[in-house]
Amino acid sequence: MKVVLRNPRREVEVAGGRRVKEILQDLDIVPETVIVIRGDSLITGDQIVADGDTIELRPVMSGGRSTS
Amino acid sequence: MKCRKCGEQASIELRRHNAAFCAGDFLEFFRNQVREAIRKHRMFGRDEQVLVAVSGGKDSLALWDVLIDDGYQTTGLHLDLGIFDYSVESRAKCEAFAAARGVPLLVSSVAEEVGGPVPVIKQVTRRPPCSGCGLSKRYLLNRGALEHGFPVVATGHNLDDEAATLFGSVMHWQMDALPRQSPALASTHPKLVRRVKPLYRLSELETAAYAFLRRIDYIVEECPFARGATSIAHKEILNRMEEASPGAKHNFLFGFLEKARPAFERAEVVALQECARCGQVTTGTVCAFCKLSDQVKRAGR
Repeated sequence: MKVVLRNPRREVEVAGGRRVKEILQDLDIVPETVIVIRGDSLITGDQIVADGDTIELRPVMSGGRSTS
Repeated sequence: MKCRKCGEQASIELRRHNAAFCAGDFLEFFRNQVREAIRKHRMFGRDEQVLVAVSGGKDSLALWDVLIDDGYQTTGLHLDLGIFDYSVESRAKCEAFAAARGVPLLVSSVAEEVGGPVPVIKQVTRRPPCSGCGLSKRYLLNRGALEHGFPVVATGHNLDDEAATLFGSVMHWQMDALPRQSPALASTHPKLVRRVKPLYRLSELETAAYAFLRRIDYIVEECPFARGATSIAHKEILNRMEEASPGAKHNFLFGFLEKARPAFERAEVVALQECARCGQVTTGTVCAFCKLSDQVKRAGR
């Protein structure tokens, strides 16, 4: 299966047939830092991603900022 | 995982609320959190004109979207920071959003106002880019609101932004910053408009999910100057804590606001006056924005 990552945009191939949370763990991505997109939907960590699927892990973090 | 409200397949899990929602029920949850923030802090009323600071990112456009949908009278203000292609694209996102919804958008250029864009400010001041950028934003938003007669400026700061700022202030015990950290800052001077943060109850994950589900076309790429910023490092630390203990960020911020902030508030006594040069509010004779602008213009000669 294909995983689309951002900043910079790139694609990686990983083994499918697994839950989203396992894929995030493999890629060392904290679940709180990305939304997981499949097609035009968001999917939760317990959903299984099939071998032929593509998911996008879109980072949610914005900043930096000055402190006040 | 099923939606807590309707039992259908969930689109998002919110561990800190021990809940999951389908797309429709999540959008309603999100809007209710914004409504609660506005109500609890009396941020603004339906009879007031609200100036919404929009960067082109997910947070500010999500905020503007909710306010428009809820019938508030809003105008966007975009500050063009002059950060290469990033700023060109950010401005285009704001303009497209405003045009699609038929709402007014004001645009102000940092390069024109300060004398140079953010990359030049960074070079001249030899300080982290977020420093001059943040100073310019606060000044130009307030002045923009005053010039156009808006009583209040709403920004897209979310729970993660606020928790990271608080974390930074506590790490350095910035006694002047702690009392100013609030979802709503009242006008304490005729030339200082009210500043409010209606997204402070919502995490970055939630604002990103809202923007995606509402099909808002926002800039996903991060600011080229964000990498290495202290606030990003603080967010990463807090997210690790959140992973180990869901609700950690919420408890940190809300605990401060409810229990600790009043103590720091009592300690703050600041005399405000008008800048001898531009007339905007400052604590000294000449404001920090005028000093920055002088420095940038001198370097450009």
